[in-house]
Amino acid sequence: MISASLSMLPAAIINGLMYGAIYALVALGLTLIYGVLHIINFAHGAMLMLALYAAFFLFHLFNIDPYFSILIVTPCAGIFGYMIYRYGIGPLAKGKDQNILLITLGLSIIIENGALFFFSGDQQTVNLSYGFEAFDLGFMYLSYPKVISFFAALLMCAILWAAMSLTDMGRAIRAVAKERQGARLVGINVERIFAVTFGIGIACLGAAGCMMLPIFYVDPYTGNIFVLVAFTIVVLGGMGSVVGALVGGFIIGITESVGGLLLGESLGQIGISLIFILILIFKPTGLFGSKV
Amino acid sequence: MTNFRSHLYFLLLGAIALIILPYFISSRFYIDVLTLIFFTAYLGQSWNILGGYAGQFSFGGVMFFGTGAYVSSILLTTFGFPPIFGIFLAIMGGALLGLIVGYMSFRSGLKGSYFALITLAFAELLRVLANSVEFTGGGVGLFLTYAPGLSNLQFETPVGFYYFSLVLMFISIAIVYWLESSRFGAQLVAIRENEDAAEALGINTLKCKIYAIMIMGAMGGAAGTFYAQKYLYLDPPIAYSIHLSVEMLLVTIVGGMGTIFGPLVGAFVLHTVNEVARHFIDTPGLSLIVYGLILIVIIGYLPNGLIGAFKKKEKKSGSTSLDKKTSRGDS
Repeated sequence: MISASLSMLPAAIINGLMYGAIYALVALGLTLIYGVLHIINFAHGAMLMLALYAAFFLFHLFNIDPYFSILIVTPCAGIFGYMIYRYGIGPLAKGKDQNILLITLGLSIIIENGALFFFSGDQQTVNLSYGFEAFDLGFMYLSYPKVISFFAALLMCAILWAAMSLTDMGRAIRAVAKERQGARLVGINVERIFAVTFGIGIACLGAAGCMMLPIFYVDPYTGNIFVLVAFTIVVLGGMGSVVGALVGGFIIGITESVGGLLLGESLGQIGISLIFILILIFKPTGLFGSKV
Repeated sequence: MTNFRSHLYFLLLGAIALIILPYFISSRFYIDVLTLIFFTAYLGQSWNILGGYAGQFSFGGVMFFGTGAYVSSILLTTFGFPPIFGIFLAIMGGALLGLIVGYMSFRSGLKGSYFALITLAFAELLRVLANSVEFTGGGVGLFLTYAPGLSNLQFETPVGFYYFSLVLMFISIAIVYWLESSRFGAQLVAIRENEDAAEALGINTLKCKIYAIMIMGAMGGAAGTFYAQKYLYLDPPIAYSIHLSVEMLLVTIVGGMGTIFGPLVGAFVLHTVNEVARHFIDTPGLSLIVYGLILIVIIGYLPNGLIGAFKKKEKKSGSTSLDKKTSRGDS
């Protein structure tokens, strides 16, 4: 039994890496929002679920390939995020940390049950023509969607990183993240940057949703599964750290798949919450974070 | 002092009304709804002690409920241990869990959103554990047999459970009443308002917060036994459902955090809204959408909840400075 598990270890690690890249993208949105706004977006999972549904309906109704939908869903998600911060979260929260946590909790309840109301609780999946084709690595098969999603997620991370370091908007965002008052003094519209950052964070989810659809299923509760995963990655990598989100994503992806292999389907899920608790207790700044 | 006394009369009157209420209601449905309201108000009150008074928001309050439910149910199903004693072990189990979680998270200085998230993670951890081990019945769940009798804490009529939940709620209100007038309660409020200042004044904030979460845990444990004996079935998704964690904070925030009657008012309003919504459109999810909207509106516009809004109005209409002083004194 154990030796059989061990022989499957490399396969589990590679699988974990594939998922890890997508997790990283989800966590990137969360960590970006935290780094700039210093708020925790509890509705992150629910919004991811919305993105999955968006990609699903684009495929179902218009037969648009989920990977092509990235180009549609990502900007829409970005605008959605911008609007919801500008006209919802921002004005209502009045700058209190716990208010934002509770408002985003309320949002997640509304989104989740709105999805249940409109889309029913059935699990939905897409059948792609190339969905069952796979690369033969000798010791395992790796399906096309997993590989495409892996590289697409890495590409998205790279684009985001480039945008953050090379464009004026990226510079402004980093300035606000570092020194809010100073940024205001040199003429940056901080409120607008907040909304833009929130939009970018949600845009990451839009892209991640499209990449996940060929691999996962979607139902109104999908978001719940990823909330804790995303928070764990962000806390593990360090709140606000982009590199941390990437590394954390891979660690969690591998932990999940290796844990599932060694401990079984049910107990395997324990790894994520355990890591989360241990990191929070012993190193709440995370691997790459500087301060809480 | 007179103020306090009139308060007490008012309270007594309300209690008597609730005690004799079942004699005027023949509908089983209303009795069940009221039972659920008291049960939620009780759980909300447990959240209120840590969240409303001590200012530490937990997103995983359900863990005490689930653990208490498992403690008394497992004792009953495997050893035939009567729940009337089992409930005390459930209470102790909940308090012990509170001690562990509180010690681990407060000692490392977690607060605000971090504390909320770590409690969520603890609840999730326990759910996975309960799903994976043998003695909880795993994913299949635990089935309890229905054998009415006081030693089983089961009753032949819904009215029995009504009184059971009413007693729990009275106890919770008594606890918070004591909190309001005790030194410990004042220390918790000091921690909520400014933890550093409280520490500087010589309050052992770590100890106070751990005590608060232990009280919450103990109360949650008893709620678990109540639930198991009423519904006779328990599985990990029920025992550690995030929905219940949310509901206990929701009723408290809607009613008013850090107030004696906030959770009761919140539970009453939300359940009424729920039943009315269900009456008109019986579709899954709709009532929860309304819950979410209410939560956002309350946070945005009535940060002190319904009770806070009511008090404000009262202050505006009647208004000598003396009035203000007394009303602030008792709030």
